Amino acid sequence: MAQTRPKPPLPYRMRDIVLPGDAACPGCPIPMAWKVLAAVFRDKMILVIPACCSSVVVGAYPGNSIKASVVHVAFASAAAVASGIAEALKKRGVNDVQVIAWAGDGGTADIGMASLSGAAERNHDMIYIMYDNEAYMNTGIQRSSSTPFGAWTTTTPIIGKTEHKKDVARIMIAHGVPYVATASIAYPHDFYAKLQKARRIRGFKFIHLHAPCPTGWRFDPKYTVEIAKLAVETGLWILYEYYDGKIHLSGPSRPYMDPAKRKPVEEYLKLQGRFKKMTPEKIEEIKKYAEMYWDWIKRHM
Amino acid sequence: MGKVVPITGNYAVAYAAKMARVQVVAAYPITPQTSIVEKLAEFIESGELDAVMIRVESEHSALAATFGAALAGARAFTATSSHGLLYMHEWVHWTSRARVPVVMAIVTRTIGTPWNIWPDHSDFMDQRDTGWILGFGMDNQEVFDLTVQAFKISEDPRVYLPVMIGLEGFILGHTTMPVELPDQKELDDWLGPRRQGYVIDGREPLAIGNLAWPEDTEEMFMDIQKAMEEAKQVIKEVDESYGKLTGRKYGGLIQCVGCSNAKYIAIAMGAWAGDLIEAVQKLREEGYPVGVARIRFVRPFPIEDLWKIINGVKGVIVLDRAISFGAWGQIYTDLVAGLAQYTRNLPVISNIVAGIGGVNVTHTDFYKLVKNFVDIVEKGEQPPVFTWYHKR
Repeated sequence: MAQTRPKPPLPYRMRDIVLPGDAACPGCPIPMAWKVLAAVFRDKMILVIPACCSSVVVGAYPGNSIKASVVHVAFASAAAVASGIAEALKKRGVNDVQVIAWAGDGGTADIGMASLSGAAERNHDMIYIMYDNEAYMNTGIQRSSSTPFGAWTTTTPIIGKTEHKKDVARIMIAHGVPYVATASIAYPHDFYAKLQKARRIRGFKFIHLHAPCPTGWRFDPKYTVEIAKLAVETGLWILYEYYDGKIHLSGPSRPYMDPAKRKPVEEYLKLQGRFKKMTPEKIEEIKKYAEMYWDWIKRHM
Repeated sequence: MGKVVPITGNYAVAYAAKMARVQVVAAYPITPQTSIVEKLAEFIESGELDAVMIRVESEHSALAATFGAALAGARAFTATSSHGLLYMHEWVHWTSRARVPVVMAIVTRTIGTPWNIWPDHSDFMDQRDTGWILGFGMDNQEVFDLTVQAFKISEDPRVYLPVMIGLEGFILGHTTMPVELPDQKELDDWLGPRRQGYVIDGREPLAIGNLAWPEDTEEMFMDIQKAMEEAKQVIKEVDESYGKLTGRKYGGLIQCVGCSNAKYIAIAMGAWAGDLIEAVQKLREEGYPVGVARIRFVRPFPIEDLWKIINGVKGVIVLDRAISFGAWGQIYTDLVAGLAQYTRNLPVISNIVAGIGGVNVTHTDFYKLVKNFVDIVEKGEQPPVFTWYHKR
């Protein structure tokens, strides 16, 4: 059983790059993900961060909780600024630094969609990471197009979201970029391997990172990793890579091709306050949607 | 000695960007700016200009990508007009706040609705509060010269602010005039390599734009105000040294024609200032003691230079090609506000707003307007403070 074999620790040295004393909420997935980035790129990365939780998490001037280069940019512009940086570095012959656009779901799936699409189509050499906490968390839990069906947010306060989550990874695949992957903060080794792969590919790479938010999803901060894991184990979040025209299912998701091996969706939902008002009909709808997602994956493997 | 070529104002901008050896161009087409982007694309694809062209998907991204390239150490350039400029407005502010040297040409066009591609200064004057240095040319030669100078001004350590260069769409943008291009080698020596306050290229960890507390933020604003003050001197120095290089010196932030012995001053900015100068020359032949102060830079506002020529005159007529609705033309507003620090006895100052939406205003109109103004004041009467000169 590959799943139970203990993994070697990531080559991440505590306090080298992602410093303690950031401004994240308890249980925040963002610094967890940054540690994986640091393990791959050390300080040789330029993070381009639009308005999002991460703009706050790094802390206030003159402090900065990341010992790498950070460029804070206007909301809709992470991919556009990263395009400019990537081209300037190439022109200047600087080739040992990774340009990373690091944006939330709002800055990616909503307001940043046009600039993301433009940068992807132009195939600039960068890694775009959408850390997906499934709502506008920095402004206080408002619905985004990446919020899942049925979820409570402060702008879907009574009925819950009536539409399904926008599938940005699939939109990026349609752009024909050389590398698209999904990842989860519960699987740092998988995320690490994907970043390692992405850094070796020239052109536009997109990684959609599932990142449960205790504050916005209404769960105890100690469950961040647990919930991220359950999303995969219930088959609601599928880890894969897309390159050479095909989906390559990632290790952690492989067992769940078989619906019988998946944990019940309810286990994922019940830990989160945002799904408190889910009716059985709505839960059925979520299951149906997950099945469609799996069908699409299987058709493209 | 340079070479004289017949080119449009837009091509003058493209040639200037090329001769300034820009390394990254990120731009999006919009009428009447488009032929700048097209010409630069041609320069780059033909290998005449060793630069990267980022053909972005919007103006918002055009300036965002230009900012990114400039931040990462490249001499970067973009151009736009009207709605494109409004669409990128968020980035106009962001770029100056980050103190990143960038040059952008604005081929001016009015603002919709209704759809209208003709020129006025509405789009350009809308940028006064953005922290950019705002220069405006009168003819294609000046547009070329200003664009080249803009890089030198923007990259001066006393300034480190982005610069916009304005030219009217069609009137200059699409009109061919002879333009003298300087010798490339001489220009290279004069302009020098790219300079900026800081570079984000990953060589050392550096963060820009973190959350800042109120006092820190205010100090950053105060620094921009200080840099604007410094820029006045830098603009004059650049005008001087460029004059030595090319023989063309414009006078710094304003250009004066017949101001020294004038009792009346007419003020305007842009191509129509040429028509105004023509009208005033005719009036002077008829014995009217009028001079023209042509605004070359709106920001920093050249109040000291204007006061020097206005001090002691009987009347000033300010021609604005844009309006701040509910108030007056912007040059008039800035002038009157600025003069208040020098005197409580202002001369008679009248504001004419005209030429909006591309309405054609010629030297015969200016002749009538200025003559009428002088005649009223000479009679000891008070002309209207504000007139919308509408010809229908």
